[in-house]
Amino acid sequence: MSVDSTAADQPVESSAAPTTTGTARVKRGMAEMLKGGVIMDVVTPEQAKIAEDAGAVAVMALERVPADIRAQGGVARMSDPDLIEAIMDAVSIPVMAKVRIGHFVEAQVLQAIGVDYIDESEVLTPADETHHIDKWRFTVPFVCGATDLGEALRRISEGAAMIRSKGEAGTGNVVEATRHMRQIRAGIRRLTVADEDELYAAAKELRAPYELVREVAETGKLPVVLFTAGGIATPADAAMMMQLGAEGIFVGSGIFKSGDPAKRAAAIVQATTFYDDPDVIAKVSRGLGEPMVGINVSTLPESDRLANRGW
Amino acid sequence: MIGVLALQGNVREHVTALTACGAQARPIRRPEELSGIDGIVIPGGESTTIGKLAVDFGLLDPLRKLLAEGMPAFGSCAGMIMLADRVLDGRPDQQTIGGIDMTVRRNAFGRQVDSFETTLRLHGVPGDPLPAVFIRAPWVESVGEGVEVLARISGGPADGRIVAVRQRHLMATSFHPELTNDRRVHQLFIDMVTRAAKDRAAERGLVAE
Repeated sequence: MSVDSTAADQPVESSAAPTTTGTARVKRGMAEMLKGGVIMDVVTPEQAKIAEDAGAVAVMALERVPADIRAQGGVARMSDPDLIEAIMDAVSIPVMAKVRIGHFVEAQVLQAIGVDYIDESEVLTPADETHHIDKWRFTVPFVCGATDLGEALRRISEGAAMIRSKGEAGTGNVVEATRHMRQIRAGIRRLTVADEDELYAAAKELRAPYELVREVAETGKLPVVLFTAGGIATPADAAMMMQLGAEGIFVGSGIFKSGDPAKRAAAIVQATTFYDDPDVIAKVSRGLGEPMVGINVSTLPESDRLANRGW
Repeated sequence: MIGVLALQGNVREHVTALTACGAQARPIRRPEELSGIDGIVIPGGESTTIGKLAVDFGLLDPLRKLLAEGMPAFGSCAGMIMLADRVLDGRPDQQTIGGIDMTVRRNAFGRQVDSFETTLRLHGVPGDPLPAVFIRAPWVESVGEGVEVLARISGGPADGRIVAVRQRHLMATSFHPELTNDRRVHQLFIDMVTRAAKDRAAERGLVAE
């Protein structure tokens, strides 16, 4: 960056104030700016442009959407930096990318490339079965999945600056997203009515730090933004998750595995903004073409359930 | 009553900041909700998303009309972009409400890893320097004659860059005062709204006489 001449004609402060990057406020604040928006999985720069055109607040750059990871099997890893950079060059909105649970070197790589947010994701094959990444050590912020309040608070204690309910990625079935969002919200509600002396036991049950438990009890919300993910395929799915208390939506396979991705993407964006207005949701739900086929989660064997990854 | 444009972004923090200052605030998503408000805040968020939804749901023209008629507006970050007459590094079809005669550069400070906190002095806010949070923030590349520069970056690679401006009843900041507990920028805007409402009432009084 170069200093331009605009400063010349105005008095400039004599003492420069220190600037700090990577603070909790800057990391959590970034997620605040995504609220009420839709973050879309994309595998090519062209898809990223379609997502941006449709009004996505950010894109998640990856090599395979969860539905394909599920279908093809094998070990799923961080995407090729070339692909991520091509997507970063294609759009002006924030670009996120996924690393394996516990794979701190993949995270170092993504930070070096300059992605805007890292998803430490159960959709990829875990690299560590005991430890998640120590996210405080990074300048780039992290989003992590959670199935209930305890898991959300454990991730926040490790430095996650944003939480998404996990759902069951790559199924096109919203049932698990619903379950996890309800579990997280119910956990929060329980804390808000607990007596102060009950919070110690609550922290023990939640396997989460007491300070975080107390903060949730006092404020009635997580200390970071809460999105939802995993199975959202229609505008009505997105609106339901918002009504259940999500502050925004991740859509993975649901858009680009459907018949008319551009139209469906725009419809999900509009339904997320007007989540409490059935007339708008009805209007945008018309004529979207084929949705992704989807998988009945109750027939999925335990070993194929991605939400069980992470602890 | 102050409206907060609630198509996308950190609406709640602005509502909280305004009500903490004693003002009344409500979210705005539809053109008909604009009636009865005395000022509007455009929050932080993704400017391409807010701009697109404002077009899709018919808010752009009513907002332009209200601002042209003198309704006070305050925009932070994406809100600054929405109030700019000209945008650099935006999408080719990016629509703004406009109103402030300035050219704004999107994501001017870099990507999220470059986002930062600092303190700065803002003209019209006496006392201690303001805490300022910049998140993938824009800066003001250049301003027209009628625009007052309220704050600049001091020191570092962006030394001297304009990050807060005011043109009569319109104010914009690159940073997010709503992410801190310092309410002085919101108080400044509420004072602008109160004064504009008084002026309008006085005008109506003169006409009536």
